Amino acid sequence: MASAADTRPPETAGAAPDSVVVRFAGDSGDGMQLTGGQFTLSTALAGNDLATFPDFPAEIRAPQGTLFGVSAFQINFGSRSINTAGDAPDVLIAMNPAALKVNLPALKPGGLVIADTGEFTKRNLDKAKYDANPLEDDTLAKYQVLAFDISALTIEAVKPFGLGNKDALRSKNMWTLGLALWMFDRSREPLHAWLKQKFAKKPDIADANIAALDAGHAYGETAELSGPLKQTHIGPVKSEPGLYRTITGAEAVSLGLVAGAQLAELPMFFGGYPITPASAILHHLARLKEYGVTTFQAEDEIAAICAAIGASYAGSLGVTSSSGPGIALKTEAMGLAIMVELPLVIVNSQRGGPSTGLPTKTEQSDLYQAVYGRNGDAPMPVIACRSPSDAFDCAIEATRIATQYMTPVMLLTDGYIANAAEPWKVPDPAQFAPFPARFKDSLAEGEDFAPYARDEKGARPWVKPGTPGLMHRVGGIEKHATTGNIDYSPDNHQAMTDARAKKVLGVEVPEQDVALGEAGGKLAVVGWGSTYGPIRQAVRRAREKGHDVAQIHVRHIWPLPANLGELLRSFDRVLVPEMNTGQFKTVLRDQFLVDAESLTKTSGQPFQIAELEAAIARYFDGIDGNEGGEVEVNEQQLPNLEAGHDDGSYSDAPFHGEGAVPSGTDTDSEAVNQ
Amino acid sequence: MNAPVKIETTLKDWETDQEVRWCPGCGDYAILKAVQRTLPKIGADPANTVFISGIGCSSRFPYYMETYGFHTIHGRAPAVATGVKLANPELDIWLVTGDGDGLSIGGNHMMHVLRRNVDMQIMLFNNEIYGLTKGQYSPTSRVGTPSPSTPRGSVDAPANPCAFALGSGARFVARGFDVSKKLPEVLIAAHEHRGAAFIEIFQNCIVYNKDVFDDFAAPKGAEDRQLWLEDGEPMLFGSEKTGGVKGLRLNTDTLSFEVVEVADGDWQAAGVRVHDTKNRVIAHLLAELPFGPYPMAMGVLYDDPAPTFSDGMIAEREAATKGKEANLAKLLQSGQTWTVDGTAQDPV
Repeated sequence: MASAADTRPPETAGAAPDSVVVRFAGDSGDGMQLTGGQFTLSTALAGNDLATFPDFPAEIRAPQGTLFGVSAFQINFGSRSINTAGDAPDVLIAMNPAALKVNLPALKPGGLVIADTGEFTKRNLDKAKYDANPLEDDTLAKYQVLAFDISALTIEAVKPFGLGNKDALRSKNMWTLGLALWMFDRSREPLHAWLKQKFAKKPDIADANIAALDAGHAYGETAELSGPLKQTHIGPVKSEPGLYRTITGAEAVSLGLVAGAQLAELPMFFGGYPITPASAILHHLARLKEYGVTTFQAEDEIAAICAAIGASYAGSLGVTSSSGPGIALKTEAMGLAIMVELPLVIVNSQRGGPSTGLPTKTEQSDLYQAVYGRNGDAPMPVIACRSPSDAFDCAIEATRIATQYMTPVMLLTDGYIANAAEPWKVPDPAQFAPFPARFKDSLAEGEDFAPYARDEKGARPWVKPGTPGLMHRVGGIEKHATTGNIDYSPDNHQAMTDARAKKVLGVEVPEQDVALGEAGGKLAVVGWGSTYGPIRQAVRRAREKGHDVAQIHVRHIWPLPANLGELLRSFDRVLVPEMNTGQFKTVLRDQFLVDAESLTKTSGQPFQIAELEAAIARYFDGIDGNEGGEVEVNEQQLPNLEAGHDDGSYSDAPFHGEGAVPSGTDTDSEAVNQ
Repeated sequence: MNAPVKIETTLKDWETDQEVRWCPGCGDYAILKAVQRTLPKIGADPANTVFISGIGCSSRFPYYMETYGFHTIHGRAPAVATGVKLANPELDIWLVTGDGDGLSIGGNHMMHVLRRNVDMQIMLFNNEIYGLTKGQYSPTSRVGTPSPSTPRGSVDAPANPCAFALGSGARFVARGFDVSKKLPEVLIAAHEHRGAAFIEIFQNCIVYNKDVFDDFAAPKGAEDRQLWLEDGEPMLFGSEKTGGVKGLRLNTDTLSFEVVEVADGDWQAAGVRVHDTKNRVIAHLLAELPFGPYPMAMGVLYDDPAPTFSDGMIAEREAATKGKEANLAKLLQSGQTWTVDGTAQDPV
């Protein structure tokens, strides 16, 4: 992530932990996303670096206690640089049997299970398909277990407020949060303040929740004396000085678009249609009207992009956003934007596909769609963000390219980036160089207006309707290379096809750097998008073992950086890990004739560091003269082929997915559309 | 409509240098001329006028108008036009579409542009056929229409564009036909209406559906077969020369119109209804009058303005931004923040 310094001593075994992974898991109605979100905030305020993985079902209110109704929130935090939400939790807080069953396979051996015995009833055990109570047999033998009646303790704690049992139990998540705050030595003050603000109109509820929080905290102090519960202090990470906040990818995209529109000196028009996991961008922007933002919830995905194109035609920055299936619907209109050469930013928050696929799960399988997926030769720049905070910069970059080159640009993010939070060093808007859009509003003496005449960048002039004397017609039909009038003649179509391709290939993108390591080594691990974090950690660990491996992370998917081919060829081997079946690998092989190899994963789950470490190690085991030695791999975390899931997750649960922290909402699930 | 400043122009000012590529004799030529005649009459400004179309024969229209023009993609013109209008509500937008473009592939967008009441004139050229793809039957083709895709005649019931528009919530619905001298009047009324103004224009496709509207549009007997509606005027058609003046009387028991004879010009005695363009129920009846037993209702069927989408959006934006400062630096710093000082030891 952006905040942390990357140069730091390697981890030393045996010392106090420099990072911890905690997973809160419960029923959809238990408020786990809220608990995780507030724990994240406390952790950020304590100065730790962190990454989160909200993990919730596709159903809005799945039946209580069921395996597919489990909602979880994982956070990895530390006194060192954190790039991923962590492979395996050190601590699993399970609010019911289903939560335990779904999440237990991920827990580190020897990890701590905290369970609410009050929920381990016969009925709930049946729903979770447990024949016997796992808290009472040897199911948890290889873990530490702290099981007690959180439900009863919560009811006890909020008794003075006269709530019924059902209402009282709603504070269970705050009780649990109190315990977690104690475990990691966090201040309760920000939570007290937050609860008072959230329930300003219902002071009784605020007090009850505060009492539950305090009771959980107090329980920790008491339990420390006798059980496996120990207080752990994780110091602040060494960060660049400055002002920080936490940010999700959806927030960062929204803010980056607002910043980009300001830098281009344009009003922004955002056309959207509800779809998981992209809707959050529409929601954020709908609240930013004072920044010259118009948001339009269209009748469908096609109308959303068409209205954005119309707005660009009228002189605004047109933006549309969706996820895979919605992007597919927008495809024809993207061709129109390419043909009429108007600026447009298309944000694709990728999810598992094809078709409806896995609405709340993450995948990177829309790369072909982004680069190639249109009728005709329809070139379009494509940018991919690597993390929530990076999405801010990428959105600005997409705006710059769109407006400077008069072209639609696709910004790729994914379900993981959209929903995950990380600390973000708040930038000063003044640090970004403005790129004001230029409108043609008059003719030079003797000039004949040519709507498709091109500047040095290959861009045609942008003329707002309403400008006297520059009336002209544009359209999706092939047009004359300068006048824009209908022209199907062979030479003209050849010239226009070439001009469109040349313009996009000529988009200035920065030289490709090596993210970690040096050019010219034995192995380059090449990534794009949200695999940045796990690849970075895996490469770092492999380098610490002495392997000659480097990380290359590509932001500009199309056009590719001019030096990328040469850079890749300087390595003996090239490995491309992707959450798809090898799409970027194919592009690299095609463009540069390099023997890039794939490491693919399409489980709807992000890569684990250990999976990537194991893949890197295989190269060095097989290379003559390898002096790097063996990489330690936790076999528990390697692909679990037997279960059919390579993330070690429970295989019978149709949905136990991940998703957003819907801030301010109490439901843990997210609507699914299409 | 939206033309605060009236501009002096002539028909020539609205013609482009582009060669018109419709088939010789196509009804589109007449509509083009009618529009080019109308715009000077309403004092429209070519620089402030935008013609937006979808795909089909009618959608070539923008290329022939010396205004801003956007030939978009099949069926999507209402969506593009909505974006144009929201981005610049001052523009005067004319949408050009057809029965296939506007009611088949783009039916969804048509419904929504009407219910949202986006301020623009929507001209739907209805020729009851797909012309540009060589003559397949369309969603307005009458049952039994033979075409390359329905060699034994079509079997599905046609859509009624004006009924569709009313059902979608349109606040202005009118009818005209290509060679009608009254078409400019209808266009002027549409332009005067603030909000989405829907005009169905019957248009003769002389190649694939020749003279299909002749039963009411042919000059001979037109008086008997066309009911030209005028706000505040009785619903009369026919003439003494053609066998008598007739009128429409509302049967309040059956809630339907009846054709009645008008003797000696005394329409009141015959109980003929006076047209009220603000009466939505009557507009529905007029839109669905079965031709044959009844004349074809023409002119302005319905005209009752309501707040427009862009007005609503502007008001909403003003309310949402009132008292708020657009300070990007502050926005980026919103939410709970903390600072790391030079030594990074003491987060606040």
